[in-house]
Amino acid sequence: MSIGHVSPIRTYILIWAALMLGTIITVAASMVDFPGPLNAVVALAIATVKATLVVLFFMHVKYISYKVNIIVIVSAVFWLFLLLGMVSIDYVGRAFS
Amino acid sequence: MPTSEIAGSHDLALRHQFVNQEQQRDASSMGMWLFLVTEVMFFGGMFTAYLIYRHANPAAFMAGSLALSVEYGAFNTVVLIGSSLTMALAVRCAQLGQRKALVGWLIGTILLGATFLGVKAVEYHEKWENHHVPGPTFNFDTAKEESTKDHPEAQASSKSVEMYFSLYFAMTGMHALHMIIGIGLMSVLTWMSWRGTFGRDYFAPIEYAGLYWHFVDLVWIYLFPLLYLIGRRHTF
Amino acid sequence: MSTAAAAPGSNYLTNGSSVSSWLLTKDHKRIALLYLLSVTFFFFIGGIFALLIRLELLTPQGDLLQADTYNKVFTMHGQVMVFFFLIPVVPAVLGNFLVPIMIGAKDLAFPRINLLSWYLYIVAGILMLWTLALGGVDTGWTFYTPLSSQFSRTNVVMAAVAVFINGFSSIFTGLNFIVTIHRMRAPGMTWNRLPLFIWAHYATSVIMVLGTPVIAITLLLVGFERMFHLGIFDPALGGDPLLFQHLFWFYSHPAVYIMILPSMGIVSELIACFSRKRIFGYSAVALSSIGIAVIGFLVWAHHMFVAGISLYAALVFSFLTYFVGVPSAIKVFNWTATMYKGAVTLTTPMIYAIGFLGLFTIGGLTGLFLAALGLDVHVTDTYFVVAHFHYVMVGGVVMAYLGGIHFWWPKITGRMYPEFWGKLSAMIGFVGFNLTFFPQFIVGYLGMPRRYWMYAPEFQVWNVLSTAGATVLAVGYLMPLVYLTWSLRYGPVVGDNPWGAVGLEWMTTSPPPTENFLEPPVVTWEAYDYEHIKEVPVAY
Repeated sequence: MSIGHVSPIRTYILIWAALMLGTIITVAASMVDFPGPLNAVVALAIATVKATLVVLFFMHVKYISYKVNIIVIVSAVFWLFLLLGMVSIDYVGRAFS
Repeated sequence: MPTSEIAGSHDLALRHQFVNQEQQRDASSMGMWLFLVTEVMFFGGMFTAYLIYRHANPAAFMAGSLALSVEYGAFNTVVLIGSSLTMALAVRCAQLGQRKALVGWLIGTILLGATFLGVKAVEYHEKWENHHVPGPTFNFDTAKEESTKDHPEAQASSKSVEMYFSLYFAMTGMHALHMIIGIGLMSVLTWMSWRGTFGRDYFAPIEYAGLYWHFVDLVWIYLFPLLYLIGRRHTF
Repeated sequence: MSTAAAAPGSNYLTNGSSVSSWLLTKDHKRIALLYLLSVTFFFFIGGIFALLIRLELLTPQGDLLQADTYNKVFTMHGQVMVFFFLIPVVPAVLGNFLVPIMIGAKDLAFPRINLLSWYLYIVAGILMLWTLALGGVDTGWTFYTPLSSQFSRTNVVMAAVAVFINGFSSIFTGLNFIVTIHRMRAPGMTWNRLPLFIWAHYATSVIMVLGTPVIAITLLLVGFERMFHLGIFDPALGGDPLLFQHLFWFYSHPAVYIMILPSMGIVSELIACFSRKRIFGYSAVALSSIGIAVIGFLVWAHHMFVAGISLYAALVFSFLTYFVGVPSAIKVFNWTATMYKGAVTLTTPMIYAIGFLGLFTIGGLTGLFLAALGLDVHVTDTYFVVAHFHYVMVGGVVMAYLGGIHFWWPKITGRMYPEFWGKLSAMIGFVGFNLTFFPQFIVGYLGMPRRYWMYAPEFQVWNVLSTAGATVLAVGYLMPLVYLTWSLRYGPVVGDNPWGAVGLEWMTTSPPPTENFLEPPVVTWEAYDYEHIKEVPVAY
């Protein structure tokens, strides 16, 4: 049986270091007053970068052998936003009525 | 049916419904990813509640965020990211058939996971002492609490802060439950690895336990800023 | 994990007769039969509650049941029928049996998870029966908060846990089907050659996997509120009961497509076979299943038009609801076009399928009435809604399910049911169904609200008609139970393909061997290739 892609240890250490850096930046950013919603945007953007690194390298999606799984993963994200977005329609609408 | 005497270790792990190893590998990995999709939607319900209530009552969410300890949260984030690293290395050792190192990294992952839960328990206990656990004993006076009394933006009714803590306990509680399940799973796998169940031909359970563990880490990567950080500066 | 090699001439039914060979089986065909028995059991439990409802409503006064009891009776009718019958019935019984065979696989991708799925269903079912024994639940099947989270004094948590566990059973079935359809198809079985039954089950499985976790967490949060005071939906804490409804219907509206899509898959098979034609517009019918699954996720708030959601959201959801009518209509038109100039034979399964066409059309069109914002205000929470969804759920799902059971009965058991009794029961069911539920459209439009144990005397005539129809309908459902059981022993043994149907399931023996095919099949023909079949063997 094929053992799949074996990443060098160096890659894992690098990703781990990037995740640590992201954690430090996100904590530091929370101490700064950004205008308007930017604090939330920055925090969620950093979280998304971290999440992407975990998915691509720790979860090996970058080297995934069965490409259909990528559709599976994308549809999970899509449906999550569908849930958040469609429910929000009601609450945004209520703010206007 | 291919029998083990003839086919040797090559087909040992091929289940009867599959034609070949490739089909089996693709099927099982797709099954695992689909399971993670259900997990995304499971937590998605709570993220939706968070989104709606945060916008409905930003002051209460600011008060709640300020009452949490960023130190505990950041420490746990570091611990959990570390456990993802050890888990990734465990999977790597499984791929390469390094039995002892595999056992070592699995135990490391379990220990880091247990550390996370230990810190979480301390946090929960503090919340209990401070009457910040939702229920009849809940009390949070934003004008008097040490964490919020100097923040005019964070003045909200005790009841509305109770909503924040309801979400906090629901989300971190379900996350912790997933960690407990993960640690249980990992303990069994450690035992199996020690006995030499896995090798270069067969390590799918380690790989999928790894995917599960990284997913639990992912959830925390979002929970940490949502619950601990983004409420601290603004009521937006 | 290898199955004992079957002796020549043996089949999945004769391959082991001990109790453990059934209860620990990993054969999808045996698991399908386990589901058949358990789902039928719950159908009759739910049916008993339906009977109690109809008996109470025979007179305008509350003479048979008290208000509280009536609340529990309609709640248990809904919960048992929706979660323990309608959602699993077609996928877990016929889907389980047929999906691997139709695509030329030896089994589902995860046979052990398939068995686990049945056990979860049984555990959930026992919890539900236990809830019943402890007095039932009175929240309505929808568990609306704050009634369910704060005010109800019944065993809401236990019922919610039952539904939660049952959700896992459903998720595992869906997950298994998706992987199987993606990765286990026989050589040559391309996506364009898949039977429409498979397309329908694929779409259903997508909904199961994406939707079910949301109701799981929602019911869990209701449980947390009752047990640990985590007041996510508590208005006192600023919680919004409408958020519960949003999350609940995010799953529960697509869930009606979990129920109807597999039935549509059955109908495609039946109509093609008994019209002796390739299904008209194969790709359109296949893609409309996917279309229903996707658009079905965008329409849920039409359950909440009068609940206080914003008018803007109501407009969006109303608009999208009309859209979901498009793929459904595509199917109906294509089925009709398939029958046009076809060599239609009115066998029992075909009578059920034609019954489905008529009843589903009525159910679907009245759904458009309900999607209209203005009209919906008038008929919300009346018997019009009850009639509408029973036309889809009972007229649609149960009709197609029974049609499918008759169609594949010789494949499942190797024996034919008595055709005369089959036709008779199909027609009695059709008449009984319409007599039961058509009056409810009228009485609902006239203003009779649902979920009350009493009603205004002027509505009595319609309710008497409905109760009389329910009696006829019950006969239509009990008859198959009797003659199908009878046929297990006395039905004539028929060949492998008594209908002269195409499809891989008809190319293996009846009943199929444990590994489904003696020779692994290779597919070189298109789906529903009825034009090219030289002879039409009719073996009974």
